[in-house]
Amino acid sequence: MPAAGGGRAGPGPLRQRGTRRLQGTPPASPLSPRPPAGRRAALGLVTLLSFASRFHRLPEPPHVCWDETHFGKMGSYYINRTFFFDVHPPLGKMLIGLAGYLSGYDGTFPFQKPGDRYEQHNYMGMRGFCAFLGSCLVPFAYLTVLELSKSLPAALLTAFILIFDTGCITLSQYILLDPILMFFLMGAVLSMVKCNSCADRPFSASWWLWLSLTGVNLAGAMGVKFVGLFVVLLVGLNTINDLWDLLGNLNLSLVTFGKHFLARVLCLILLPLTLYMAMFAVHFAVLNKSGPGDGFFSSAFQSQLIGNNLHNVSIPEQDGYPLSCHCDPYPGGLCRGEGIYTYLHKDLNNLWIIKKHDSDADSSSPVEFVRHGDIIRLEHKETSRNLHSHQHEAPLTRKHFQVTGYGINGTGDSNDFWRIEVVGRRAGRLIKVLRSKIRLTHVATGCILGSSGKTLPKWGWEQVEVTCTPYVKETPNSLWNFEDHINPKLPNISLDVLKPSFVEILLESHMVMIRGNSGLKPKDNEVTSKPWHWPINYQGLRFSGVNETDYRVYLLGNPVVWWLNLFTIGLYLLIAISTAVALKRGVQLTSEHKGELSRVVLCGGGQVALGWLLHYLPFFMMGRVLYFHHYFPAMLFSSMLTGKYWMLGEGEAETRVKFHYSKMLFSGAAVSLNFYLFHPLSYGMIGPMASDPSSPMAGLRWMDSWEF
Amino acid sequence: MLGFLKNPVVVTAEINLSLVALTVMGLMSRLWGLSYPRAVVFDEVYYGQFVSLYMKRIFFVDDSGPPLGHMLLALGGYLGGFDGNFLWNRIGAEYSMNVPVCSLRFLPALAGALCIPLAYQILVELHFSHCAALGAALLILLENSLITQSRFMLLESILIFFILLAVLSYLKFYNLQRHSSFSGRWCFWLLLTGVACSCAVGVKYMGLFTYMLLLAIAGLHFWHMLGDRTLSNVSLVCHFLARGLALLVIPVAMYLSFFYVHLALLYRSGPHDQIMTSAFQASLEGGLARITQGQPLEVAYGSQITLRNVLGKPMQCWLHSHTNTYPIRYENGRGSSHQQQVTCYPFKDVNNWWIVKDPGMQQLVVSNPPRPVRHGHIVQLVHGITTRYLNTHDVAAPLSPHSQEVSCYIDYNISMPAQNLWRVKKSESAGRPVSILPPRSDTEHKYSSSALDWITMDTNIAYWLHPTSGAQIHLLGNVCTWASANVAAVVYTCLSLWYLIRRRRKIYDIPEDAWQLWVSAGQICVGGWVVNYLPFFLMEKTLFLYHYLPALTFQILLIPIVLQHLSDHLCRSLLSKSMFSALVVAWFSSVCFAYRTFSPVTYGEPLSVAELKDLRWKDSWNILIRKQGR
Repeated sequence: MPAAGGGRAGPGPLRQRGTRRLQGTPPASPLSPRPPAGRRAALGLVTLLSFASRFHRLPEPPHVCWDETHFGKMGSYYINRTFFFDVHPPLGKMLIGLAGYLSGYDGTFPFQKPGDRYEQHNYMGMRGFCAFLGSCLVPFAYLTVLELSKSLPAALLTAFILIFDTGCITLSQYILLDPILMFFLMGAVLSMVKCNSCADRPFSASWWLWLSLTGVNLAGAMGVKFVGLFVVLLVGLNTINDLWDLLGNLNLSLVTFGKHFLARVLCLILLPLTLYMAMFAVHFAVLNKSGPGDGFFSSAFQSQLIGNNLHNVSIPEQDGYPLSCHCDPYPGGLCRGEGIYTYLHKDLNNLWIIKKHDSDADSSSPVEFVRHGDIIRLEHKETSRNLHSHQHEAPLTRKHFQVTGYGINGTGDSNDFWRIEVVGRRAGRLIKVLRSKIRLTHVATGCILGSSGKTLPKWGWEQVEVTCTPYVKETPNSLWNFEDHINPKLPNISLDVLKPSFVEILLESHMVMIRGNSGLKPKDNEVTSKPWHWPINYQGLRFSGVNETDYRVYLLGNPVVWWLNLFTIGLYLLIAISTAVALKRGVQLTSEHKGELSRVVLCGGGQVALGWLLHYLPFFMMGRVLYFHHYFPAMLFSSMLTGKYWMLGEGEAETRVKFHYSKMLFSGAAVSLNFYLFHPLSYGMIGPMASDPSSPMAGLRWMDSWEF
Repeated sequence: MLGFLKNPVVVTAEINLSLVALTVMGLMSRLWGLSYPRAVVFDEVYYGQFVSLYMKRIFFVDDSGPPLGHMLLALGGYLGGFDGNFLWNRIGAEYSMNVPVCSLRFLPALAGALCIPLAYQILVELHFSHCAALGAALLILLENSLITQSRFMLLESILIFFILLAVLSYLKFYNLQRHSSFSGRWCFWLLLTGVACSCAVGVKYMGLFTYMLLLAIAGLHFWHMLGDRTLSNVSLVCHFLARGLALLVIPVAMYLSFFYVHLALLYRSGPHDQIMTSAFQASLEGGLARITQGQPLEVAYGSQITLRNVLGKPMQCWLHSHTNTYPIRYENGRGSSHQQQVTCYPFKDVNNWWIVKDPGMQQLVVSNPPRPVRHGHIVQLVHGITTRYLNTHDVAAPLSPHSQEVSCYIDYNISMPAQNLWRVKKSESAGRPVSILPPRSDTEHKYSSSALDWITMDTNIAYWLHPTSGAQIHLLGNVCTWASANVAAVVYTCLSLWYLIRRRRKIYDIPEDAWQLWVSAGQICVGGWVVNYLPFFLMEKTLFLYHYLPALTFQILLIPIVLQHLSDHLCRSLLSKSMFSALVVAWFSSVCFAYRTFSPVTYGEPLSVAELKDLRWKDSWNILIRKQGR
């Protein structure tokens, strides 16, 4: 199945115009595609309904709902400019923060836990912003379907489905990342489709506009959540397919093809990449105060944050003998706690003196610098014992060797010798504080000093175990850096010298985010949502309230909509396979039918179905915790598919057009009636649970797994 | 009557002598000195346990793979008369005299040797020249890592054998397709494809990747057949059904039959009983069966019962109660009901016994005739020793505050009512046995590696080390072959892209049939490499170098394909052709040289320290060098 609208470059425009004439609309001039009045009115109506449904009872409930506690809090961090860490890229939260800032929210509400009342704090700006973006989804979907199928009833049906879906409404009404993500996602799809329909006049102003808008929206989608990667893939596949068609068109010279290629590289790769990096630049520029996210980042980065212990301190740059330094594991996912611990307590027990392995340097000798590959001894400053390891098993990690302090007043044995190595350097180089990631290899046994990440029991003060691992592997657990550095003989430098470059910060923050994301593992025995639950609307999410007296909001799709979507996907597969086989077998069809089938079923439908697949299937392979709301991007695509396929085969005759409109009105009515029944889920309800006949949801608990 | 005498009896046999010679060389390389070292080598320590259990017919479950591979290894033991009496506890332990080392290792070695003629045949079926086929077979023959892996009681060589067999049978089947559909040979090869696929999956789940690849290729070929207008719809449906039967139904049936044989062989109770359901355990000889023998089948009112948690996770346990009560206040300040504790106790105990009581009757005795308890009945459970009722109420449980506490009700004369009626619901699902075996190896292992290390062979695995002499066996590939396989893959990809783009612009560099050959060879070889390699990047289990061997085999097959293509289509003049041949000969002798150089660590010949140091071509290789003066 072709990934996306093939055959556009050559016969596409002709066919397009042909079908338009058949529909009885005047052939639109290619330069000024002006929508007829009916379509504009429909767009207006759809937009109005969408905004009305999303803004209805927006301030309710006036307390923190579900993940608002995270994203609201992060918005506040931006307003307060304190550094924090999150597993998602920054754009969504920056926009929330901006919306709050513009609407007069001062960032003082703590957003501690769901259910906290907002009181006098102004939260409407942030909710309104999300609801605004959520409302835009409907006109976007309407325009996309209209562009793909050229059928007004299909577009209207898609719009109605999305307007009256309780799930989409609920998800748009709170301070969450999802409405922002879906806005950019749909924006990217719409611009891609628009750009495809401009393919007959490449390099025109509108073509450039849509192409670059696609790029902008891609950057936006990626900047909100990494899930945006799927839409990048969709657009990427579409572009490859597009270029492949252009390459096969022998009328185009290679120079023209090169222009096409470069235009896409510019708009779909360079532009989004620049915007994406700009987001991070703004993120790091705004957050310049020390905050809860410090410990996730390296010491060099922390030295840039106002209020951090490392900010504006000055220490000698190169390490010399003898000196004391404060070693601290290079922050990895596992030794995070330890990292934070050492910053908070400037403990003298953390100081070690570096000495040469063969001689005791006295204080009068000249400074010698430590180089990569040197063999050293580390003497603990407080107790004068050497860092020592031997072939005894470590207390918790049985396969590693134990690390102890040994000897008296710095005299120990050959088991105290460590080779110091800098990652990625050659022998003889100087070792620098903060920036050099070092590895300490035990000379006698060849093992590497590392922290196992396990917490010792009471006798070890519940600190993190340090072991010497014989498995020579490159892990962050065995990398260390010098943080404090005291040596009166060396000139002190200001840490500004060590300021990491923007690219380094960018890479580092991505490493931290990826680690954080893969660290979101479900705990044992924790019931998590399974991807197969989602399309059948098996189980929703409690946004607010559990008990009868609470104001309850429950994220659940409109069952008619969701089951219709599910049915349509099955139907689509059937139609697509039979069409493909029929075309392959050369079944005699009228050329008109053939054109319509291959265009609508395989190309346009394929694009939307591919979007659904790309936004749904990868979740089956993810090990992290999954939630019901992860399905909503895919649901947008399946709704568009539904709109298209229920209106398939719009014919030329007057009666068939009527039939289509009546079909559309009928399904629209079914959807809206069902919405009327289920609307308390999104707009909130107080009162008895659904099992009670006096509840607003009485008799509507069609599946036992719905918890309302 | 004697008509057959009129014509002479003629037997024409065509013997491909080079194929025979290759097979003999393969057998020699794999089978030579098979019982050396007479000690447990690497994962033999793991597979050996299962062989012993098979020999003793003791039930076990291996959570890492299906049973066919273990059964084949056990077959070797059975043929050698192994009684299963050996303690597999340490790598390097000497085998006792009762262990038939040679026959235990024979089947994997044979499978490894047969991979060589298979590789030859695959290239022939891909329509490449005899010379290319010979090259492929020789490269497989001289691949040290494949030799090492074949010579011990390990499963990879058997897996690779079945994978190659499946590929070869599919190719044979596909080549017969054009001329003789539905002939006997056609059916045979089609069936063999399915059988080999299911055997590959049955040996290790990794075989699934190749199976999927073959399914995809078969689907693609069928899709092309759909476009063939000369075939009628009926014959297409027949083709479709034949493929469905051979490639889907038969493999599934065979896969199930492996488990059937496994269960039929193992009828004695053993260490892994507990992860299965109670009903299954009762069917094993000497296990739960001893207890359940002579028990009534149905539970009636007044029955004395024990209740075992079906999941058995994290450990199996029985519903238990004793006279101790819950503490009035927990450490975190929450209150409890101070009723008698009800726990789940992992040992059989007299306190695990409960009596089923009908709430409507006062006495506990079994009525005559006994009234069975049915699905949906409401019962009370009386603890046998303390005669208290099992009770629950709206008090938070000790550790899970969102659940209700379960206790045995002591009548303290307080306002809390006894809520001790329970409804019996029978669960229809049999309860999937869940594995509680500890994972086979810790996530950290001295020789574990990451998938990225494999392409460049930055890692090795020490399989065995002689306790005194320097002799050691390593899983270490032929450096030359690995590097050229990588080069071949890169060349193939680049050339294909180049051809594709040029063809799109209607420029045809090579004739159409050569292009088709090139594509179909790539589907198998590059496809096989990709499906057997890339999935490891997504896996979170401990990875070892030997996981790469199936992918490597496919990659090696690509080398002669690329070489022949280069010589046929890129070397236009006679001079350049002969230059190219000379280069190939030089390259091949370097492969032989690398094989010779590393064969001591492949076969475990004793080496001096200096020789060992010379072998350490890469710093990341872990060759064990004994410290002097110890």
